[in-house]
Amino acid sequence: MHEMGIAMQLVEIASAAIPGDMENIQVEKVNLKLGKLSSVVPDSLRFCFEIITKETLLAGAELCIQEIEVTARCNDCNAEWTITGPAFSCEKCKSGNITIVSGQELEISSIEIADE
Amino acid sequence: MEIKVVKKVLGVNDTMAKQNRDMFTEKRVFVLNMMSSPGSGKTTLLEKTLIQIMPEIKTAVIVGDICTSNDADRLAVTGVPVVQVNTDEFGGDCHLAAHVIEKACENIDLDSIDLLIVENVGNLVCPAEFDIGEDARAVVLSVAEGEDKPLKYPLMFRKCDAAILNKTDLLPYLDYDSKQAVNNILQVHPEMPVFELSAKTGDGLESWIDWLKEYVRKKLQA
Ligand SMILES: [Zn+2]
Repeated sequence: MHEMGIAMQLVEIASAAIPGDMENIQVEKVNLKLGKLSSVVPDSLRFCFEIITKETLLAGAELCIQEIEVTARCNDCNAEWTITGPAFSCEKCKSGNITIVSGQELEISSIEIADE
Repeated sequence: MEIKVVKKVLGVNDTMAKQNRDMFTEKRVFVLNMMSSPGSGKTTLLEKTLIQIMPEIKTAVIVGDICTSNDADRLAVTGVPVVQVNTDEFGGDCHLAAHVIEKACENIDLDSIDLLIVENVGNLVCPAEFDIGEDARAVVLSVAEGEDKPLKYPLMFRKCDAAILNKTDLLPYLDYDSKQAVNNILQVHPEMPVFELSAKTGDGLESWIDWLKEYVRKKLQA
């Protein structure tokens, strides 16, 4: 699985986001948007995150994962709906010509630092 | 205090993939990323495909494997340039990332080829997530695997441009519902071309090869 590699990227991005003039800070949370269609297992990612943040500025930080539903738009009839099963055709007109609107996210939205 | 970040975690890979894509376009090379679960017969399919397209289309192959070079050795027999990438140097990765492809391309004369086929690491989960700068993706499934694989790994099947259902020569011996398998693929990705074939006997290989040739032609004329 690739969760360890992804956790390493998380740490890199989050560390770079900490303002350089801040010393001895405690990062409390790393907020991550994770689309349900991405092939990342949340528990596995949390586990990897915890391991590799030890001894870093992010030690003890919580990885908050906001899971994003898979939504699609039909290019033929403009219908928008949430995909919950494995069927990727339009709910209304059955067209397969659809665009995935959300559900593939894998991005850090913010980090939270303890107030002094 | 909250600090907004909004950064894609795979941003570094995506940037590198774009660089690869620009390089391939400049060199006029069509790149096919082939993915599958282990044991689907991808290497045999590649061997047969290479032999058939070789006279017309100059091809090179990058083979990703976690630690052996067995597949590369088999493909090298066909005479095409083969570059083996072992991902254990990169931490035993379950996929090929864009930077690995860039590095492998240093050993390929891109000016002398029209088609580059990347045989990705056998895995239906992780490779789907990583753009390597390819033009098209194909997923190989065999009739010895469950009919519900497309439903279990929707991202892979959503992100591919063609699906191959291999080992059809085994159908008489199996209790396998090909129709169901194809329906499941089309549920996840309606309108995706599905090629039912046997790489072993060559049965059904032609339409797959026509599809590939057509794509290469389109890129070369673009
Ligand atoms: Zn529709």
